[in-house]
Amino acid sequence: MPISRRDFLKYTSIAAAGTAVSFSDAELFSHLFAITPESNEDVRYIPTYCEVCFWNCGAVAAVVDGKVKKLEGNPYDPRSRGKLCARGNAGIGELYDDDRLKHPMIRTGARGDGKYREASWDEALNYTAEKMIKIKNEYGPESVAFMMHGGITTHLMNLGKAFGSPNFGFPSYGQCRAARMVAYDLTYGADVGSPERVDMANSRVIVFFGTHLGENMHNSQVQDFTEALGNRAKIIVVDPRFSTAAGKADHWLPIRPGADMALMLAWINIIISEGLYDSEYVNKYTTGFDELKESVKEYTPEWASKETDLPADIIVETARELGRYAPSVCIHPGRFTAWHGNDTQRERCIAILGAILGTWGRKGGIYLASKAPLSGVAGMSYPVPSKVSIAKGPHHFAQPQLMQAVRRTTITADPYPIKGWVVAGTNILRAVPNPVKSIEAIMKLDLLVAIDIRPLDTAMMADVILPECTYLERHDSLKIDRGVSLSVGIRQPVVEPLYKSKAGWWICKELGNRLGVGEYFPYETYEGHIKKECSAMGIDYDELTRVGTKFYPGSDNPYITNENQPVFKTPSGKIELYSSQLAAQGFDPIPKYNRIEQPEKGWFRLLSGRSPVHSFSRTANNQKLFELFEENVLWLNARIASSMGIMDGQNIILVNSDNVRSEIIKAKVTQRIRNDCVYMVHGFGAKSRLLSRARGRGADDSRLMTRFVSDPISGSTGMRVNFVRIEKA
Amino acid sequence: MSKYVMVIDQRRCIGCMACIVACKAENDVPEEHFRTRVIQEVEGQFPKLRMELRSELCNHCDNPPCVYNCPTGASYKDKETGMVLLKKNRCVGCKACIASCPYDARYIDPRHGYADKCTFCSHRVAKGKEPACVQTCIGRSRIFGDIEDPESEVSVLLREHHFEVLKPAAGTEPKVYYINRILKG
Repeated sequence: MPISRRDFLKYTSIAAAGTAVSFSDAELFSHLFAITPESNEDVRYIPTYCEVCFWNCGAVAAVVDGKVKKLEGNPYDPRSRGKLCARGNAGIGELYDDDRLKHPMIRTGARGDGKYREASWDEALNYTAEKMIKIKNEYGPESVAFMMHGGITTHLMNLGKAFGSPNFGFPSYGQCRAARMVAYDLTYGADVGSPERVDMANSRVIVFFGTHLGENMHNSQVQDFTEALGNRAKIIVVDPRFSTAAGKADHWLPIRPGADMALMLAWINIIISEGLYDSEYVNKYTTGFDELKESVKEYTPEWASKETDLPADIIVETARELGRYAPSVCIHPGRFTAWHGNDTQRERCIAILGAILGTWGRKGGIYLASKAPLSGVAGMSYPVPSKVSIAKGPHHFAQPQLMQAVRRTTITADPYPIKGWVVAGTNILRAVPNPVKSIEAIMKLDLLVAIDIRPLDTAMMADVILPECTYLERHDSLKIDRGVSLSVGIRQPVVEPLYKSKAGWWICKELGNRLGVGEYFPYETYEGHIKKECSAMGIDYDELTRVGTKFYPGSDNPYITNENQPVFKTPSGKIELYSSQLAAQGFDPIPKYNRIEQPEKGWFRLLSGRSPVHSFSRTANNQKLFELFEENVLWLNARIASSMGIMDGQNIILVNSDNVRSEIIKAKVTQRIRNDCVYMVHGFGAKSRLLSRARGRGADDSRLMTRFVSDPISGSTGMRVNFVRIEKA
Repeated sequence: MSKYVMVIDQRRCIGCMACIVACKAENDVPEEHFRTRVIQEVEGQFPKLRMELRSELCNHCDNPPCVYNCPTGASYKDKETGMVLLKKNRCVGCKACIASCPYDARYIDPRHGYADKCTFCSHRVAKGKEPACVQTCIGRSRIFGDIEDPESEVSVLLREHHFEVLKPAAGTEPKVYYINRILKG
């Protein structure tokens, strides 16, 4: 029978106790599958880790005569625990999608018109390297920027740094996690990690601020959430939309969009003034409590009620619930945190709430990262770029990863020109708001290189397209997981690459050779590199390839005890409720509430989110997922729809404040959303002619985001500031 | 003798649809056809709403109209397991079973012309494994087992919880049970 969560924990505790565990292939994974091979068929079960999204769950492939028959979750992996989500189950659809990029291509027509000719790898790589060297000679290596997301990151970062560029763009930073990372770093001296170290399985109260858990299928976290539901934890969901999580909640708080901080500050005020905070914890681990207490006095429940449209008594009741069950309270820090341009301060409020309730390092709150040391192969020393990175923009606390800043500089050439983009595994035209600006930037380039698996819209703008193989066909960097325990997972090919596609590591190494930086790729195969790393880490490589994930014995230290004290790498060495670092840069050291602009009558705030069966715009063409969710629809409040004469399923068009019109999209008339906003799932409206299923399906939300507000602290790109009106199509 | 049943704890279903994709991959279900689905129903008026997520599949009825209405004997109730199954080579694709099933659980496989539906992954169960949808269920919302065994998880759950079946008035005696009562407080 399959391994249950209980068995999984038992396994990890066996591993943690250092007991030697020896498995054969058959014992390990055959129990997951019911494959009866024909007499002469070769059946193998090969572990790897998934890349249909970036949770990177441990998976096992059943391969029969060289063809992947089925994927299952690896029961020994902390992120899948033996279960794959719909996307993970559909990994075969990525591998065997006939629309995949099959061979290198060089553009023959005008940029963007989609005309290409097939090229050999040698020709395509030589072409790319020549153009990159030309840019380097004319403008300097800084003028080539590298954009990435996913498995290829390790290899492309290596290439970019070796080439001498400090300019990297990660949509996953500015458009997703930047605000949270900076806020937690300022407050606790550390981020909450990815996966976030939320101990929801043990929480008594869970709060989501617009966190669509379950719709954003973060596997192990969703498993923990459903454990919490089974344990009858109290669920509070603050969201203008009745999300799936809201459907599970004890309290759904349909807040006015953008007023979240009013609720949080009022909660902080109630918790402090009613003495519901953890005073011992606050005294021992925090600094700035008196300033906080003084600062939040003005934020009364009655005041917050007017700002949020929530009843004052509910605000008080929920605050008391937080206090009653503290510290086993998890206020989820969120992931897609780029909302209104004040996002770092909103995330600071979440961090502060958690701190006064004593949740960091406590059961049911945020657990501590495994402290176990992990040695490895010594890192490379790269040439020091002669020019400073432009990818921080003007944002002091940001990491130099802001895609928006790369795009802006590409257009303005200020402070220096950006002439080349190497884009790998990220569809910039969807991932970053306002694709018209992205195209404007692309048109200024001397070179656009796309490394991708699928002919997504951005790839079809490129001068040269280099087809990467899927995660089921390649080695990649080891997955180091500092969850409850420290673990290491391996991605290894389960079948040979199809067509002429190549592994990302190979593409980067071959480009590196042609760019004269081959010494930064000191291995013939990436497998060889992983073997070396394993040996440095003290891991039995052969065992790792058989088991997929290896736990480090005794590496878990999730909760604060007398012997296990937390370390806060802030200037004060404490949790900074009052942030000295923010004060020094002229920002509010304690978050203050600022009202944001609200839409006028006839206009709606555009919200977007996720479907559990899709990863951004990447999977829209995957047949197994496409048939479950072919296109996005526009959620519209039923009362508003009725007053406008719009029926459920009717074709409509959205028009934004800058007169940009959307593709045609169907209306979903629903009670599940406030009347001042509309909602759609992100990632649709593909234009690429080579995407036979996804092309022309649904509407592109990023196209309607012609306005966005960069958070001054982290550079997080607030995208929920766009208003739209509705026309019948 | 066993009688296999499925319990669906709706409180733990998050509507992720992993079950649907796993089922399709396991059973080679043709494109645009499904052996299981997840229904989302919302009641009430903003902001007082209640949502139900409900996985639906063949109910493996004890009193199965699809079996009684099958003119060729292709559809049958397996005596060893209690599962409603199908002998594909005896099916002529007449659709009598589709017409008589109150649960819309069957389809005609367009590649071969025979009727098909959920088998509780009988090929997996025969090897001591759970159905594919149960194995992958992220929320542990689907629980499978032998109701004749009083110690099985399904037996324990059904003893301890209020449960319902779909369309009880149809008299089909379904073997898929739903737990949906909010037991909080």
